[in-house]
Amino acid sequence: MISDPATSLTSAVLAPAVDDDQLLHVSLGPQHPSTHGVFRMNVVLDGETVVRLKPVFGYLHRNHEKIAEGTSYLASMPYTDRLDYICPLSNNWAYARAVEKLAGIEVPERAEFIRVILAELTRLINHTAFAGFILGDMGAWGSALMYAFREREKILDLFEELTGARMMANFMRFGGCRNDLPDGWSAKVSKLVDEYGPFLDEMEKFLVGNEILLSRTLNVGSLPKEVLINGGITGPMLRAAGVPYDIRKVDPYGIYERFDFRIPLGATGDCYDRIMIRFLEMRESLKILHQALDQLPDGSFIHPKAKIRNFKPPLGEAYARIEGPKGELGFHLISDGSTRPYRYRIRPPSFINLTLIEDMCLGLDLADVVVILGSIDIVLGEVDR
Amino acid sequence: MGIDFQLAEDMKSQGVHVTSFESLVNWGRASSLWPLQFGLACCAIEMIAATMARYDMARFGAEVFRPSPRQADLMIVAGTVTKKMAPQVVRLYNQMAEPKYVIAMGACAISGGPFKDGYNVLKGIDRFIPVDVVIPGCPPRPEALLDGLLTLRAKIAREKLLGKHRARHANPDGTAAFPVPEFGAHDLEPTANREIWNPPAIVRDAEGGEA
Amino acid sequence: MTAEHLTPEDRQSPDSLSPPDRESPDSLASPDRESPDSLAAAVLARLRTAFPRAGVSLRTNPGPAVQHSLLVSPADLCDVCRFLRDTPDLAFDFLSNVSGVDWPDPSKADAVAAPADEQGTPAAAAGFLEVIYHLYSTRRRIGPLVLRVRTADRLSGVQIPSVVAVFRSAEFQEREIFDLYGVEFTGHPDLRRILMWDEFQDHPMRKDYVAPDDYEYEPTPHAAVLEKAQRHYVQP
Repeated sequence: MISDPATSLTSAVLAPAVDDDQLLHVSLGPQHPSTHGVFRMNVVLDGETVVRLKPVFGYLHRNHEKIAEGTSYLASMPYTDRLDYICPLSNNWAYARAVEKLAGIEVPERAEFIRVILAELTRLINHTAFAGFILGDMGAWGSALMYAFREREKILDLFEELTGARMMANFMRFGGCRNDLPDGWSAKVSKLVDEYGPFLDEMEKFLVGNEILLSRTLNVGSLPKEVLINGGITGPMLRAAGVPYDIRKVDPYGIYERFDFRIPLGATGDCYDRIMIRFLEMRESLKILHQALDQLPDGSFIHPKAKIRNFKPPLGEAYARIEGPKGELGFHLISDGSTRPYRYRIRPPSFINLTLIEDMCLGLDLADVVVILGSIDIVLGEVDR
Repeated sequence: MGIDFQLAEDMKSQGVHVTSFESLVNWGRASSLWPLQFGLACCAIEMIAATMARYDMARFGAEVFRPSPRQADLMIVAGTVTKKMAPQVVRLYNQMAEPKYVIAMGACAISGGPFKDGYNVLKGIDRFIPVDVVIPGCPPRPEALLDGLLTLRAKIAREKLLGKHRARHANPDGTAAFPVPEFGAHDLEPTANREIWNPPAIVRDAEGGEA
Repeated sequence: MTAEHLTPEDRQSPDSLSPPDRESPDSLASPDRESPDSLAAAVLARLRTAFPRAGVSLRTNPGPAVQHSLLVSPADLCDVCRFLRDTPDLAFDFLSNVSGVDWPDPSKADAVAAPADEQGTPAAAAGFLEVIYHLYSTRRRIGPLVLRVRTADRLSGVQIPSVVAVFRSAEFQEREIFDLYGVEFTGHPDLRRILMWDEFQDHPMRKDYVAPDDYEYEPTPHAAVLEKAQRHYVQP
């Protein structure tokens, strides 16, 4: 029983049993095949057991916030693509929402539908790629990722047709989207959505009950719910531990209230739950996509009075958040009434989900660290910004 | 070199291939590049996509990504190099065995790209290590990476092993290791390797045009 | 946990996944959702009762977002946070976001977060650093409750107590603010630079920070780049 959820397990658990000079110090990263980019962990091992783990950040600190404070609001939109570069369109949405909240801009219904469709397609990309990457971390390097990227390419083709770019979409605008859907685009999405279910069946067949996967992930890296909430963990990581907290439900934005979907929950929050919860979320995303495509209304894709040039939000501040594929993605903006944001702050889910990584890894083997890191699902563009 | 082209063709029909030693060595090097598995940022995702089923970099003999610099001969700098990361990139480059080649993939690796105004962003990896091929784009499409790879192969095929213009790795006086910058109080020290990087010093008039 | 958990078979029986007490998705939306503009005022009333002498005042947000905030004096910050977290009917158990802001011009700070009444503490004359906390309640599904704390000045009086002992999620975010803004969080377990290297001495997110001049030749500089180019190159 934890009396205070903020109490660090670090100090309480596992004071090293041997002298410090008997311990092995390993610097994992920033160049390491399993650290998902340029993340670094300083790990101290007693034999094979982790007794200390300190993450080191900043190897991809690209000063996005500083650059954004020196430029206009709209000029930051392409930079948000490069935050979590697996899912640019979710980042677009989070930023557009924050500015819309800051300036009180309405979004037409059709634009909300387009946004939901794009955000859920992005969730599919993220979770599929996640499955490929974490299996690579467990030793199945290449084959699982090959399947994941096969499906990703199909979605990227749709994005390219719509936005002109495979990855860096720069698509959302304050008050809507940049352009309307091309002819026949939604029919292509419907086809993809229909074919995605069988792909997930196929992928799950490989994973569920796979002996290696089970032995690598079961009971690895779970923490009590209260500790996770207190540590700021959000997204699939939190729901895998059984906390029903999905911003699409608890603080609905856009038009999510109109759709019928469920929030899958895990039981223990170990790495197995974290993998499986993402598969279940993809099923729910498909449900949302089906409904959104069926109900897609006609109308304007951007608010007719949306201002592009010389856009000046009124004085004030706003914090807006969405349920990104990795967790709560928030933007905190302060406007001093000029064309440039006075303060532009990103609340990055990948970064804050790493808060408890040491607590998750203590007492486990070094090989488990790699799986736990993979299950957190970080993207360094967002961790370091 | 002076191989009689007609004679070589005649012999080829007999199953005897005649070539220069230089071409043979370069052909071997160009056809089996082993890139360093080294992703920095967004471009790394497109680099992975280039190795996957649709673009299939294996067709060009460069799909064996090695996690260790000791086993690699091609460094694809895929993404933004920050000042905090720059010493590690140079160190990794120094650890690679000659002959070694560098592809700067994407706007950030070339010049800082969209993040050029950042205080922690290195304005191009060519400030510290020599770059063979640059691939513009943000991020470049996988096809662009394949094109860059083919450009590098063509460059390797033209390399001289002897003579005044021989390649760096064929020159006993050539250096394989470049100075690693140190972290300073405000910036990297030094901010660039002036022996390999010298931007044109131009004088501008008051309007910023070239005088 | 057993291996059978969360298998595709479970998916066919959807209810088995959700704990019985909250299986219907509709129950996730709380009936007692409070509008954000009344939230800060309601919490302020509770805080005034619990801590009569604490320095807490309401700051109104002039923008359409109407996310009003509470200005808390640094000395009371940890007590206020613990009270907000542990009082069952408040239950702000989730510290989502911690932002640092640099205000060299304090009148701007009061324009964005205006004192609610005439008695509101006027901002210091010399400029200060501000830390803004966004709190949510995962149980009551309300938020954000915005707390703001200001340092005495921007030079030496930059200490603010750390809330890591109450909210672990502040650990890395406070380190980031220490790194980029130079706010010293007293009581933080591991206050080191996080994004920049340890030898770095500046605080680059401050408004008066000047980046090192590493401008490079650019054929057609324009706009901001042109300014940089003009600074960089010696005028003929």
